[in-house]
Amino acid sequence: MAILAAYVIGLVFGLGIAISGMANPAKVLNFFDVAGSWDPSLAFVMGGALVVTFLGYRVLPGLKAPLLAPRFGWPAAREIDLRLVAGSALFGIGWGIAGFCPGGAVPALGTGRPEVLIFVAAMAAGIVLTRFVQGGLSAGRRATST
Amino acid sequence: METAFTPLASLGGGVLIGLATVLMMGLLGRIMGATGIVSGALIPSGSGERGWRLAAILGMITGPLAYLVLTGEMPAVEVPASTLMLVAGGLIVGVGVTLGSGCTSGHGVCGLARLSPRSLAATLIFMATTAATVYVVRHVVGS
Repeated sequence: MAILAAYVIGLVFGLGIAISGMANPAKVLNFFDVAGSWDPSLAFVMGGALVVTFLGYRVLPGLKAPLLAPRFGWPAAREIDLRLVAGSALFGIGWGIAGFCPGGAVPALGTGRPEVLIFVAAMAAGIVLTRFVQGGLSAGRRATST
Repeated sequence: METAFTPLASLGGGVLIGLATVLMMGLLGRIMGATGIVSGALIPSGSGERGWRLAAILGMITGPLAYLVLTGEMPAVEVPASTLMLVAGGLIVGVGVTLGSGCTSGHGVCGLARLSPRSLAATLIFMATTAATVYVVRHVVGS
């Protein structure tokens, strides 16, 4: 049941991305190109998503637990550290170069366009590489601290 | 490359993105962040951590097909970036979202909706560096 729910939720998300224009790098990049061919549409995507999520997230804590899972997994991290700042800065640079962000690119795979596959494969490589380096570093820290 | 201003379609798409985000927490207790879903599908942190993510990814990929059924055409995908830029951009995005623990959906939608200062910082930073990068690519290098 949870697997089916995850599929439907992904489908709603992917349809939203397709309708909103977020799967189209030319449109996304134009949002940031105020000095050129500016297209403010992305602000409406963020606005619509934020209003609905803000309201929904106000209601959900009233439930004891999610309907199909034992507990709510609200993020616990609070710190604004160097990793968050550097990572977010890098993400923006990559987004500006390619025009795809992860939430736009994954649904765009469904169009069958080879450019999307190239981007997602490179992104997956970047994620796996960083996870391995992080895993190695934290294992090293554990080893030296014991 | 000009694109048409589409306030209604973009707002409607945004509402669906928000709906999916609320459902993900209300049904599965999870954050609807593309980074966490893709990353956890590639390298799961434990048992039971991969299946729902793969299902969500499959759902996301079928989004454009639902769009095709509803409208009769595939959503537009116009890619100004060269292959080299797609590879470099993809790698940088992968490293960045892993270090920064999130992207436009995780920090920009879920985090901002929770009024998280950490996500606000992340969102302001990546929006600023994206804008700066687009400016450099289009008006400094590209002019």
